[in-house]
Amino acid sequence: MPVSTVDKDALLTVSGVGFDYENIPVLDNVDLSLNRGEFVALVGPSGCGKSTLLNLISGLSSPRKGTISANGIFESSARLGNVSYMQQRDLLLSWRTIAENCQLGMELRSISDDVSKTRVQELAKSFGLYDVLDHMPWQLSGGMRQRAALMRTILLENDVLLLDEPFGALDAITRNVLQKWLLSVLVRNDKAVLLVTHDVEEAILLADRVMIMASEPGRIIAEVDVRLAESSIESSFTSPEFVELRKDILELLERQEVSL
Amino acid sequence: MINYLGGMWLAAKNWSPAIFTALALILIWEFVVWILDIQRWLLPPPTIIFQELIDSIGLLTRHAGITLLEIIMGFSVSLMIGVALASGIVWSRTMERSIYPIIIASQTIPIFTLAPLLIIWVGTDIFSKVIIVVLFTFFPLVVSLVTGLRSVDSESVDMFRTLGATNAQIFRKLMIPTALPNFFAGMKVAAVVSVIGAVIGEWVGASAGLGWLMKLSGPQFQTARVFAAILVLSVVAITLFSVVVAIEKWFLRKYPSILSQAKNLGE
Repeated sequence: MPVSTVDKDALLTVSGVGFDYENIPVLDNVDLSLNRGEFVALVGPSGCGKSTLLNLISGLSSPRKGTISANGIFESSARLGNVSYMQQRDLLLSWRTIAENCQLGMELRSISDDVSKTRVQELAKSFGLYDVLDHMPWQLSGGMRQRAALMRTILLENDVLLLDEPFGALDAITRNVLQKWLLSVLVRNDKAVLLVTHDVEEAILLADRVMIMASEPGRIIAEVDVRLAESSIESSFTSPEFVELRKDILELLERQEVSL
Repeated sequence: MINYLGGMWLAAKNWSPAIFTALALILIWEFVVWILDIQRWLLPPPTIIFQELIDSIGLLTRHAGITLLEIIMGFSVSLMIGVALASGIVWSRTMERSIYPIIIASQTIPIFTLAPLLIIWVGTDIFSKVIIVVLFTFFPLVVSLVTGLRSVDSESVDMFRTLGATNAQIFRKLMIPTALPNFFAGMKVAAVVSVIGAVIGEWVGASAGLGWLMKLSGPQFQTARVFAAILVLSVVAITLFSVVVAIEKWFLRKYPSILSQAKNLGE
């Protein structure tokens, strides 16, 4: 299980990245690379710097050392708006309807109201939000709100998509439904998707590769290929293939906890 | 229609205890004055005050118009100063450190005591009253707006930044909408104190306005007229408050009310 090497043709490359917060190292020497069409999950214990890494990739903060390139953009501030990033909370604006919330990114880019409305309506059908576009966020369930937040993120049509525990706050049943739905809704060949989660099952179900992180300082310690056969996705959590992968990843996570 | 009538009935049901209490107090006042035979210049009964209100309605409305003009001018200036100061305080750390403490400390000075100085410096025309209204109203506006603008959570700011928003867009589309409910709370306080400010200004030095009329009528023992002026002033204050509430309702029409949030939690 080698840690991935940096690929020159990759859509997203993180190489040798380190980050400190108030002189405490949060991330150290992080390398990863995603090609177009790849879905990678990052799993690790709480506080291992997973969200910090997404903040760095999105351009919200700059690394102390190392380089990040998303779609060929190296400068942090220039990546803002060019990397789609869905944070943990849905962050829907309470004074805007679901449609207006989804239009936000396009509105900030001065795309005309008619164009953005049409795009929202087109996408809303596959997101199961068409009938609630005129609703206010408080009228929607948690699962619907997360879908609306994802729609707002995806409508920017960037090639790199970052997901920070998108279903973390939802109940188990809703989460499972949304995980399967996400697989169907993402046009896989189009984007590079990096998902942060501490749910190992979610990582195996959704991703092609799972990167395992250790904490203090946050670094990638292993990489597992988890491409499931179609049949395994259908039977998901009970297939032997799935159970075996979960066991491997949990062992890797536990091993580093013991060593701490 | 049924909904409308239902709303009216609910409003009547909510307000009726207050109206009933007020009517009862007025009746008691009327009877006490007649039974104890209190002199009219000392305490006129409500019926005499009402009579005075009808007899001097022209005089009262003319002076109310002047007081209202002072209030509207003062409130508008205050709104401009308040928005500018609050935005500056939220945007610039230097402004926050240099101006905000002074604004808060300035409120420990009773504004009433500044009124005679303003009359000396500016004169007895309308501007001294406008300045006093500004002094009374800008503080609740600045404080409510600063609190509102600061209540924006950093995650939402980050979300805007990842969508490629500029600072100006974050201010316009996130910070201002977030601050609106707080801002309107400050506006309501300012609307009420603006009336007090204008009247105090007129007491100290003026040649017109309801405050001036009250000051003039008192020493002449036209007590009924003083009461009538007070009545008109409270109508002015209630009207101003209602106007702010109506504007608030329109601006916040899409915001989740406490009722709607409670309904959602109950699901």
